[in-house]
Amino acid sequence: MNYKAIDSQDIEYLISVCGKGRVFVGEEINEDFAHDELGGIERLPEVMVEAVSTEEVSKIMKYAFDHHIPVTPRGQGTGLVGGSVAIHGGIMLNLTKMNKILELDEENLTLTVEPGVLLMEISKFVEAHDLFYPPDPGEKSATIAGNINTNAGGMRAVKYGVTRDYVRGLEIVLPNGEVMEVGGKIVKNSSGYSLKDMIVGSEGTLAIVTKAVLKLLPLPKKAISLLIPFPDLAMAIETVPKIIKSKTIPTAVEFMESAAILAAEEFLGMKFPDKSSDAYLLLTFDGNSKEEIERAYDKVAHICLDSGALDVLISNTQERQESIWKARGAFLEAIKASTTEMDECDVVVPRNKVADFIKYTNELQSQFQVRIKSFGHAGDGNLHVYVLRDERTEEEWKKTLGDVFECMYSRARELGGQVSGEHGIGYAKRPFLIESMGENGMQLLKNIKLAFDPKNILNPGKVC
Amino acid sequence: MEILVCIKQVPGTSEVEVDEKTGVLKRDGIDSKLNPYDLYAIETALKMKEEKGAKVNVITMGPPQAAEIIQEAFMMGADNGALLTDRKFAGADVLATAYTLSQGVKKMGNIDLIICGKQTTDGDTAQVGPEMAEFLGIPHVANVRRIVELKEESIVVEMDMPNTIEVADVKFPCLITVEKGIFQPRLPSFKLKMATKDKEIPFYSMNDFEDQNEKNYGLNGSPTQVLKIFPPEANTDHEMWEGTGEDLADRLLTKLKELKFV
Repeated sequence: MNYKAIDSQDIEYLISVCGKGRVFVGEEINEDFAHDELGGIERLPEVMVEAVSTEEVSKIMKYAFDHHIPVTPRGQGTGLVGGSVAIHGGIMLNLTKMNKILELDEENLTLTVEPGVLLMEISKFVEAHDLFYPPDPGEKSATIAGNINTNAGGMRAVKYGVTRDYVRGLEIVLPNGEVMEVGGKIVKNSSGYSLKDMIVGSEGTLAIVTKAVLKLLPLPKKAISLLIPFPDLAMAIETVPKIIKSKTIPTAVEFMESAAILAAEEFLGMKFPDKSSDAYLLLTFDGNSKEEIERAYDKVAHICLDSGALDVLISNTQERQESIWKARGAFLEAIKASTTEMDECDVVVPRNKVADFIKYTNELQSQFQVRIKSFGHAGDGNLHVYVLRDERTEEEWKKTLGDVFECMYSRARELGGQVSGEHGIGYAKRPFLIESMGENGMQLLKNIKLAFDPKNILNPGKVC
Repeated sequence: MEILVCIKQVPGTSEVEVDEKTGVLKRDGIDSKLNPYDLYAIETALKMKEEKGAKVNVITMGPPQAAEIIQEAFMMGADNGALLTDRKFAGADVLATAYTLSQGVKKMGNIDLIICGKQTTDGDTAQVGPEMAEFLGIPHVANVRRIVELKEESIVVEMDMPNTIEVADVKFPCLITVEKGIFQPRLPSFKLKMATKDKEIPFYSMNDFEDQNEKNYGLNGSPTQVLKIFPPEANTDHEMWEGTGEDLADRLLTKLKELKFV
């Protein structure tokens, strides 16, 4: 693809729009902006601009469109698939300064925010008003627009669904600079193709989100967790479909192995409340009264015990919850700290196939003599499987990783799964999406991309 | 070996509001929970149970619904529990509380070791444990951060003093209060919940006690009364000085003299 290289005239224009203080060129751009959270894919943009208004975003996009300059939108850069890396150089449009909470509408139960508001700020703000924004990805310092663009899921997806289910409306800037609104403060909408839902999960390739109207729920008054030790992981995971079948709806169903717990203990310098076992399920229930929650978990506790659980441990106070969830929140960092480099596979499979898939990753571990760690959302079938480089040379690592990924993605396909549950395709997972989607599917995606972005300037090289 | 752990039901949230007019903690409509510090005391006792086969008893004073926390102690592994409950106990300050508990202890039979949490999260006085031991006439060690050894006739503990750690070998019967973090408390078990759900919890009132003089209990037995509760003023004024030890010492002395502290 031939894009125009940035020259002094372009810089001048960007300065005329944003002022000198918000335009960074060459060495002024921090190295962090060359990659995302997982690394591996690296390139610095030619220029980085911090926009603070829709108008600025619109002007920049129009200019880039007219001059055929690639634009990579970026939030906090916490992605894991290279989605926010400027692989074709050009302009990086940093939206983290558009970080205001604009309106809480308690009559419509919506929250209107700018794209750079952080997930943790949203939950803190709405919970102070007894309201609830359910999507709960582990990375709380991600921006809301990053979450929208990857259709992030998180732990509460079992009961509450994913980001897409909580986006009511969006203000977007199209690649040609036109501003438009899709969706709105409305509960139902059958008015043509849902453009709003096309933008959600589009990984910054179709339009730039400059405002979002989020759906809120009343805040459940109480939550408890059950930590359930099992003799082994297979038995733990095989219990999950029985829980789902029981029609009780936990908020979250996570699985974890003692190795991850020990790594988190070491990483955090804290103690986990139980070490009796190698494998655990971690379930959360929420509701409005202690009795309501107790009724729900009583049934599940019996199912677990009947399925071979060693016990069911109850976490019902803030201190107890912290002792468990702090460790759960540190798994990724702890695993990262235990190796030289790693890459992840974020497949999603039908919920009754999770056990099959995990067994398969264990087989791969011995087949390829590589450490593979996994933990994840057993309740929604979304797995986070990490392949660790350890002492391999660059060449060996690339080879092993390629082989292991190939095996995992094709097994996921066989099981009726998809490439990504919540991290997205970005740059890194494109080959696997192509395999999974097939020619017709990819052609449709490309045509959609073309309809929004005929010059292919917005986050090119990502998704399709 | 018989161990007794003293526990208390406290408001479920750490952000308890104070009624500005009356100075009393607003407890209405707030969930309650087992005092977090007591979880460390229970865990310490349960570790001894695992190690030496000790029997773990728990005791609490409170309204009838405080039986919930005894049930919770059963779910962690305690063997027996008793609730001291009587309208006459209401309004007790730390002294009357400690006295009531000491009377209750006598109902529990021969106890070798009493373990308390360091303090509660609602009163934060850290006085009830030691005062109770005084009423019982037994030795006590507060702020225990580690159990060094559990012997036949005594226990060796490390106590956390402001600048030093002291090791004490204390003969049974005795009382210790343990620090947060001595052990990571285990979570309540659903299996034990089911196994102990019909376990009887005896309720004791003043009439069950050796001392039945009303004047020693509740409001009557309380020499202190809470007039007002307020969060301490946080004073963040500070100066930073740099220099050699000698210079700094001189400056500090001058400053303290200026402020008339010395």
